[in-house]
Amino acid sequence: MKNNFTLLLAALLATLAAPASALNIFACEPEWAALSQELAGDKANVYAATSALQDPHHVQARPSLIAHARRAQLVVCTGAELEIGWLPVILRESGNPDIAPGKPGNFEASRYVAMLEVPTVISRSEGDVHPEGNPHIQLDARNYLPIAQALTKRLIQLDPDSTAFYRERLKNFDLRWQAAIARWEKQAAPLKGQPIVVHHKAYAYLDNWLGLREVAELEPKPGMQPSVAHMSQVLQQLQRQPARMVIRAAYQSPDPSEWLAGRANIPAVELPFSVGGDDHAKDLFGLFDDTIARLLAGLK
Amino acid sequence: MFKHVLLCTVLLTPVCAQAATEADLRDIRAQIEQLKKSYEQRISQLEQRLQQAETDSRRAENTAAQAQATANQASRPPAAANAFNPAISMILSGTYGQFQQDPAIPATGFAMSPNNNAHTRSFSLKESELGIMADIDPQFRGVATLSLAPGGGLSAENAFIQTTTLGHGFNLKFGRFFSGLGYLNDQHSHTWDFVDQPLVYVSMWDNQLGEDGVQLKWLAPTDTFIELGAELGRGRGFPGSDRQNHNGPGAAVLFAHVGDDIGYSDSWRAGVSLHQTKQVNAVSTGVPDLAGTPGGVSDSFTGNTRTTGLDFVWKHAPNGDTTLTNFKLQGEYFRRRESGMLAYDIAAANVIDSYAVTQSGWYVQGIYQFMPMWRAGLRYDQLDPGTAQVGALNAANVISNYGYTPKRSTVMLDYSPSEFSRLRLQLAQDKSRQGLTDNQLFVQYIMSLGAHGAHQF
Repeated sequence: MKNNFTLLLAALLATLAAPASALNIFACEPEWAALSQELAGDKANVYAATSALQDPHHVQARPSLIAHARRAQLVVCTGAELEIGWLPVILRESGNPDIAPGKPGNFEASRYVAMLEVPTVISRSEGDVHPEGNPHIQLDARNYLPIAQALTKRLIQLDPDSTAFYRERLKNFDLRWQAAIARWEKQAAPLKGQPIVVHHKAYAYLDNWLGLREVAELEPKPGMQPSVAHMSQVLQQLQRQPARMVIRAAYQSPDPSEWLAGRANIPAVELPFSVGGDDHAKDLFGLFDDTIARLLAGLK
Repeated sequence: MFKHVLLCTVLLTPVCAQAATEADLRDIRAQIEQLKKSYEQRISQLEQRLQQAETDSRRAENTAAQAQATANQASRPPAAANAFNPAISMILSGTYGQFQQDPAIPATGFAMSPNNNAHTRSFSLKESELGIMADIDPQFRGVATLSLAPGGGLSAENAFIQTTTLGHGFNLKFGRFFSGLGYLNDQHSHTWDFVDQPLVYVSMWDNQLGEDGVQLKWLAPTDTFIELGAELGRGRGFPGSDRQNHNGPGAAVLFAHVGDDIGYSDSWRAGVSLHQTKQVNAVSTGVPDLAGTPGGVSDSFTGNTRTTGLDFVWKHAPNGDTTLTNFKLQGEYFRRRESGMLAYDIAAANVIDSYAVTQSGWYVQGIYQFMPMWRAGLRYDQLDPGTAQVGALNAANVISNYGYTPKRSTVMLDYSPSEFSRLRLQLAQDKSRQGLTDNQLFVQYIMSLGAHGAHQF
């Protein structure tokens, strides 16, 4: 009887201890959830705070997000003020000092890549500008190499018992990712130098990587809704300086890009923008496979 | 084969001479050809290796450049002496108001409440709010919200310290803050969805319950949001009577909030609150009486007040993306029990006897963003003045039953060119005062300058 009780107690303790042994990771955007999963495998419970169908600038500080942040050992976010409208209140309300900015439990991916479009004039008259640079770093596949390395370091720091495991995962990811980059660059060769119009200024890193040339934006200022007046100007500009396609993210309304596409007689291309943005972008590899396939289809 | 040729050449020159000229020449050519091929192969191999090395070094350069950029970002020197300046925000707000009745008349049955509905006729500056916030040190964060009254003067609306390192889901706040009870109470006026607060907040909390005290909140370690909070305060804000000369806390609050998501599109939060305080010599002026004294009389109440509340909010946005369309439904209910001694007409008769009443009120409102930048809202308010138990001495003086239910309906439309600016039109039919229907019109602007903190749910 006593033995049985001890066994029961041991089993109970084991079940209680089991979730504690896995790292709870709170990822602000789905691309970081996917990367965390690649690197931490079953050593982590990864929670994606947002989906690819949400504008990452405007997210409600929902109670469920605060509840999940409460138990997280690590938050993985873009940084560069992308989440400034919602993350600070979540971190504060969570009562969890381990994930406060500057702590090992707070990882900002944008710190590990070279930022583009760092503004020289910081004024709200320029719209939704980010003083640290364009925060949409997730569409240059090359950025994932230094980020993965830094994130692995962080995982090891938080969970040193699994050092060998994380190193092996990183090596494995690195190999597959480098091969994939070579493949994507080859596939995307026809995109080089192609002029495009974008809905929001969210493609600086994609352009920088694949050599696409952004000639106009549908938003009059970053973060401002496209207006007919502004889009008519873009349309006029396209008559002098044609573009091959107009690009929007999965979370954006199709109306403005379809409006322009119909009048300029160019295709409107919806990109998944992040993991889960469409049926093919199921993981990071799928995200880029699909992004490039859709861009190439837009050229035809 | 080379050997064979050599053999021919050296030993058997005469014999081989003829054969060497034909077959061996062919052999030599073939050998040279082969040599050439093998060298070409090796050269191309070398070329490939060179190319690989170049790619590798380019990649290394890329990494190095990125590392350099990261290092640059990290080692950027701080921007001189103002690097530690706190975040500063300023809210500028103003209204145009048009009413058919005097805004100072209280809701029927609530003359013993402050009734400060903040309505002003014609053009007026609303409170401008100056917010200053920063981390103080690794343990504390400070927030001050100073309100600039339109008539001049600066007052501390909020001035509190928050702990940042308690952990385990605990958050401690002390200083002057808006109480965490209900849903709307701790939201600043620039985030309100209507120009004014619901009637129940105007009558029961003097718009918003502000307290000088301590607040402790605890968040449960569960996937469902469960938050428990407790506050002790001086009883500064109504229904507290701000007892100056009294040791110990004068008011206590308990609240609990529960919330979760239903998929990405829907999320909700619900809560219960309890507030308790003691009023001491709380004087109300202009209270109507049974004798019909013109302008009412001044009464003084001393006793306990206990308020319970329920609140809920539900937000819907397709796929959780609020930028195009979204919908918010919220409602709150408060019920207050007051019991103690009432001094009737303190200026003249001063008749003191027991007094107890239970009053309540609720509102429900929906806000729909039907297209980017444009929102429409509808609100319905109602109050119940209750029936008072008045002691025998005052039975002929104090009105115990007003027999009227104050109510109001409000519609609003607002336009927000960006998240930092908002223009609003609001129309209301206010029947909160018996026999005095008031059709109200408001035009409002709310602008936010400087640092813009993240908004609560």
